[in-house]
Amino acid sequence: MSVAGINVLVEETRALAAEKAGVRKTLLSVRGVSTYYGSVAALRGVDLDVTEGEIVTLIGANGAGKSTLMMTIFGAPQAREGTITYDGREITRLPTHEIARLAIAQSPEGRRVFPRMSVHENLQMGAALHNGQYFAQDLERVCALFPRLKERLTQRAGTMSGGEQQMLAIARALMSRPRLLLLDEPSLGLAPLVVKGIFDAVRDLNRRDGMTIFLVEQNAYHALKLAHRGYVLVNGRITMSGTGRALLADPAIKAAYLEGGHGAPVEA
Amino acid sequence: MDVFVQQLINGLTLGSIYGLIAIGYTMVFGIIGMVNFAHGDVFMVSSFIALIGFLILTTWLGVSSIALAFLIVLVVSMVLTALWGWAIERVAYRPLRGSFRLAPLISAIGVSIFLSNFVQVAQGARNKPLPPMLSGGITLFETDGFQVFLSYKQCLIMAVTAVLLTGFWYLVQRTPFGRAQRACEQDRKMAALLGIDVDRTISLTFVLGAALAAVAGVLYLMYYGVVSFSDGFVPGVKAFTAAVLGGIGSLPGAVLGGLIIGLIETFWSAYFSIEYKDVAAFSILAVVLIFMPSGILGRAEVEKV
Ligand SMILES: Nc1ncnc2c1ncn2[C@@H]1O[C@H](COP(=O)(O)OP(=O)(O)OP(=O)(O)O)[C@@H](O)[C@H]1O
Ligand SMILES: [Mg+2]
Repeated sequence: MSVAGINVLVEETRALAAEKAGVRKTLLSVRGVSTYYGSVAALRGVDLDVTEGEIVTLIGANGAGKSTLMMTIFGAPQAREGTITYDGREITRLPTHEIARLAIAQSPEGRRVFPRMSVHENLQMGAALHNGQYFAQDLERVCALFPRLKERLTQRAGTMSGGEQQMLAIARALMSRPRLLLLDEPSLGLAPLVVKGIFDAVRDLNRRDGMTIFLVEQNAYHALKLAHRGYVLVNGRITMSGTGRALLADPAIKAAYLEGGHGAPVEA
Repeated sequence: MDVFVQQLINGLTLGSIYGLIAIGYTMVFGIIGMVNFAHGDVFMVSSFIALIGFLILTTWLGVSSIALAFLIVLVVSMVLTALWGWAIERVAYRPLRGSFRLAPLISAIGVSIFLSNFVQVAQGARNKPLPPMLSGGITLFETDGFQVFLSYKQCLIMAVTAVLLTGFWYLVQRTPFGRAQRACEQDRKMAALLGIDVDRTISLTFVLGAALAAVAGVLYLMYYGVVSFSDGFVPGVKAFTAAVLGGIGSLPGAVLGGLIIGLIETFWSAYFSIEYKDVAAFSILAVVLIFMPSGILGRAEVEKV
């Protein structure tokens, strides 16, 4: 698909989201959250909202605290201050596995596939909460999304290439049928073509299945093009937020995240 | 040849028992990275539970069928020992999770001392005999007056071990619980992100390890006919050696290591000196730890996330 084509799609998505914005509710709400490693603060009073049906992206430099925020939403580590609300329910102090049971899934930083399990077993782990109820149909669905996985169902996940592992990590997260999907740097270390495939998949999931997506990306240009809204995290604080387009056009963002190698546009 | 075959039978019998205990060491190490030094004593406790069970069934309740008594004792001992395993994890290890690395190890040594002293006080320090049961066997062949003899007890031990290990293998490899167990072993945090209750999985790992140790305890009691409060230590260390030899963390490794230790011990006793049979096992532990720390089937490097 050409960049122009992508743009049209993105515009459509935005229009759709805006149209429904009035009726849609906040799915995830982070209020004044601070997280510490020992006595060092990694997040300092973060406020952030994700509305149902949105793609929201969080960009920021290395060590800004993006992954920490993703994990804090899952209670590992737990926020020391502030509250996190999901679907109207406070989850700040819930144990990690109970948060997962509320239909939030995460493809974490570094993929974290189970290396000594087959691809198939990794996907079964993703579907662990459903007792195999939807396994067959969901397997088909993620294999359609990532045909590469279908050929490799019996391979040990640890022996797959980085890109294949990334696809598996996303597919595994999808197997739990999440309402809210957290993706931490899904494009890390991948070839441009694979990155494009993953971003296309994210867009499809959002548009077709109405999945809400919270995306952390180094690849700020692509992420902001894709997302309805974005936040900028600097040293554990949100310093800016706005629509993807507004952030893309912002000179400060341009200087800090878009030029000098940070995901500068790759013309297809 | 004849002596060799006889020792092979004896060694495999003994090795079955070590293998069953070794699984408990290896599974617990695999999932929380600690050596459960109390596991040998859990095994000893299960032997006592079996002894008491046999005595109640045969002398008080007058159960005459050995098969029935054995089955009841096996199940009761597995259940009660599993409860011990669960309680030990809850009380002595879980509160220390996330503490410094040696804390659970020290706690485990404490539990080990507690269990053996508790049994010593409750049951007395002397060897406790089991009235002989299930005697006899099959003479396989005879050369120069030496009979190669396979006792019914040995048949039972190997058969029970084979059946339970098969069931256990199925549980770990093919069921959702087994998958969750392996997932926690490979990446606990990721397993939690997928909705797996990691604490519960760890509890169940202790329960399973203790239940298999109980099987070993029942078989050990039947084989030797006596048990004492101090019997947790030496078989425990040998089973631990087996787990290390096979590659700690590896289930097939634990069984393989158990069989090898059992064979070495019996052959050593037969051909060299029975007095030093325990030294053989401990020397292997030292040699393996120095020259082959990842064991036969172990992974070269331990990936801990
Ligand atoms: N387990 C930990 N213990 C101590 N400090 C940590 C830990 N994990 C992260 N940190 C620190 O917290 C800060 C935020 O880290 P985090 O991983 O959230 O950054 P990030 O924005 O995801 O960075 P990147 O883009 O490199 O992935 C960093 O300074 C990091 O060194
Ligand atoms: Mg990160």
